[in-house]
Amino acid sequence: MNKLVKSTDLKRIFKDDMTIMIGGFLDCGTPENIIDMLVDLNIKNLTIISNDTAFPNKGIGKLIVNGQVSKVIASHIGTNPETGKKMSSGELKVELSPQGTLIERIRAAGSGLGGVLTPTGLGTIVEEGKKKITIDGKEYLLELPLSADVSLIKGSVVDEFGNTFYRAATKNFNPYMAMAAKTVIVEAENLVKCEDLKRDTIMTPGVLVDYIVKEVA
Amino acid sequence: MILDKTLAKEIIAKRVAKELKKGQLVNLGIGLPTLVANYVPKEMNITFESENGMVGMAQMASSGENDPDIINAGGEYVTLLPQGAFFDSSTSFALIRGGHVDVAVLGALEVDEEGNLANWIVPNKIVPGMGGAMDLAIGAQKIIVAMQHTGKGKHKIVKKYALPLTAKAQVDLIVTELCVIDVTNDGLLLKEIHKDTTIDEIKFLTDADLIIPDNLKIMDI
Repeated sequence: MNKLVKSTDLKRIFKDDMTIMIGGFLDCGTPENIIDMLVDLNIKNLTIISNDTAFPNKGIGKLIVNGQVSKVIASHIGTNPETGKKMSSGELKVELSPQGTLIERIRAAGSGLGGVLTPTGLGTIVEEGKKKITIDGKEYLLELPLSADVSLIKGSVVDEFGNTFYRAATKNFNPYMAMAAKTVIVEAENLVKCEDLKRDTIMTPGVLVDYIVKEVA
Repeated sequence: MILDKTLAKEIIAKRVAKELKKGQLVNLGIGLPTLVANYVPKEMNITFESENGMVGMAQMASSGENDPDIINAGGEYVTLLPQGAFFDSSTSFALIRGGHVDVAVLGALEVDEEGNLANWIVPNKIVPGMGGAMDLAIGAQKIIVAMQHTGKGKHKIVKKYALPLTAKAQVDLIVTELCVIDVTNDGLLLKEIHKDTTIDEIKFLTDADLIIPDNLKIMDI
């Protein structure tokens, strides 16, 4: 099966009102080429699940600035003032989740778990509306899984089957988002033949990847 | 009173550095807490962690040698020690929530008499999000708040918090440019004061009640 496509070939996959997960921490480990394609495509009313909304002119920030996003689920929006402005004006809904909770909610969805129990957020506004469960005398919040229609992942080295290695600090949310969506698209910084990626370095097995786009610098 | 902000931050960072013990795994929050690293002697073998996915973080990358794949949680280009390691966000927060991090040094907007911490939101004004702060505040073994004693003329060490909390009753120690305060079951214990201040001045600049011990010390910086 040939998974390698041009980013423009992916346009048919995307529709208004979709939920999209995007890997990265600020703009480190984010699939910029696919985001640029989404900006061109100008689909609207998206729900974006990501750690943050990067910067106005970088990464996920471009989708926010372009008015394509109606809801963001993230842990931090402070680096992109546009997100805050659109939230204040009511144009954008923001659901904030503690970073450690956000990644576990994504992991839960991708791993078939019904949720996670965490002490993070107890006694704060994060606990509002959530179930509390006591285990061995200790209280936890029940945090529910987060899944998406499409996950956009950035791989440092990707082979033709989609097996992916994430270099240095680009790992962040990527390996877990690659398990939590119906369709997974990886943007390859370096695309190699299967024999040129050491099997032991693979972090995301290619069976999880539906499409590969080669990054254009 | 210490009015110079740069000097105040330096005093705080130097004093916090003295709280760290040999071989500890430490997370420094964004802003003032990152200055602490400048005052930790190499022979202490402190390992710094950054919640975006690394331990063994070293100094900032020198200009021209930035590796876009190596940033810290504040988005700055950094370097890694030879013994350092990279990992994903789930592993990173397992380290944090799982109690593997010995000390977290965090900034604060408010700390109160029960060690309640508020540092992530001023409703309708600044809503940056909590990032990793809530996980750090409940997960690290020891929480040190490093902050200027007052902010914009307002008390930051208060009787009872008013801002939305980051975590309930998790702060262990407060270090400001004027003093060091231990959070105890009986309340806030003034341990040390800076040589250029007085107990009266500290009381005036602190909304919370302070316990003044007989053996009050001059701040060791």
